[in-house]
Amino acid sequence: MKKVSLEVNGKKVSKEVPDHTLLSVFLRDILNLTGTHVGCDTSQCGACVVHVDGKSIKSCTTFAADLEGTKITTIEGITQNGKLHPMQEAFKKLHGLQCGFCTPGMVMSAIDLLKNNKKPTDAEIREWLEGNICRCTGYQNIVAAVKEAASKM
Amino acid sequence: MKTFNYHTAKDVKEASKLASSNSAYLAGGMTTIPSMKLGLASYKDIIDIKGIKSLSGIKISRKSVKIGSTTKHAEVANSKDVKKAIPSLAALAEGIGDAQVRNRGTIGGSIANNDPSADYPSACIALNAIIHTNNRKIDADKFFKGTFETALKSGEIIEAIEFSIPEKSNYQKYPNPASRYAIVGVYVAKHKDGVNVGVTGAKSCVYNDKNIAKTLSNNFSSSAISNVNVSSSGMNSDIHASAEYRANMIKVFAKKAVEAC
Repeated sequence: MKKVSLEVNGKKVSKEVPDHTLLSVFLRDILNLTGTHVGCDTSQCGACVVHVDGKSIKSCTTFAADLEGTKITTIEGITQNGKLHPMQEAFKKLHGLQCGFCTPGMVMSAIDLLKNNKKPTDAEIREWLEGNICRCTGYQNIVAAVKEAASKM
Repeated sequence: MKTFNYHTAKDVKEASKLASSNSAYLAGGMTTIPSMKLGLASYKDIIDIKGIKSLSGIKISRKSVKIGSTTKHAEVANSKDVKKAIPSLAALAEGIGDAQVRNRGTIGGSIANNDPSADYPSACIALNAIIHTNNRKIDADKFFKGTFETALKSGEIIEAIEFSIPEKSNYQKYPNPASRYAIVGVYVAKHKDGVNVGVTGAKSCVYNDKNIAKTLSNNFSSSAISNVNVSSSGMNSDIHASAEYRANMIKVFAKKAVEAC
């Protein structure tokens, strides 16, 4: 067992977990933050993307023990004062989702993109979302939503 | 996944002390963790070396770019110094996997793993890299031994990879559309004393295509490559590409790389 102390969505958390606990398991099963989804569980689909110290990573391919002292942001942590994040708002407005399974990861990846690239082109958005797979919408509205959010953020 | 004991090493000495025949070093974990989840690998001890400060960072000198083993792909891709000294190396790093993999995966991990389709090994071959470990320095052409096999001894830690700055260089690849690993990747580098052509994805292990390299050493032009014979013997053949296709792609990408130099 390993004691892991970190910050999740602004709250300090300290838990004793088995050494092989993945961050995705830590978030979903221990903290009950089920907004982070596990799709492929082989680091391809990106449904599990969260931010660690501001950078997007795949939580299914990271050990919780590895993240001692870090700051994690999940999809639950991006709303402010009960208001949707501009990226969530844009996905909602432009139908950037159908079943919604991939959406938490898409949103978290896209927010990371806009941190370093305020006005990405369609090609840059598609390139960045290489690690996020959607099996419903064909990406068109997702790309449109990221562009819309970029114009609002 | 089978459980293990997770250790965080504070320095290289402590890490190597913890190592055994049943342990693995963990940096980004982009291959190690999926392998463990799939049951392809299991360890008694996982030794996290990511926090060891001396293993991370980029140092540029007049002749070389030295990159610490736990430096992430995103750091290499975004480094102004690397972009200036060896732009093709920064571009290679930018093309690995996806953004999240680049935020975690490390150069040392890529090289220690020696996946036959990985990008970085071709850079090591083309750029006459020296692999610095906690015990010795190994030339790249003696480091990559075979599929997932390197010259590293049990418990040996890569500390840094030192690339020679070439006169010109470029890397071209045909990425697998799902994984972005190279179906074929060709890294051409022109040094003062000759040309190297690092080829990845085509055979069981990265190699220097001596025929193309020799031709380019005499005449550094894409048209010169047309006359070189690249045999498909010993090339990989799978659902993505036949051996003959790969052999042809090597010439195509070598030409493209020379033209982009």
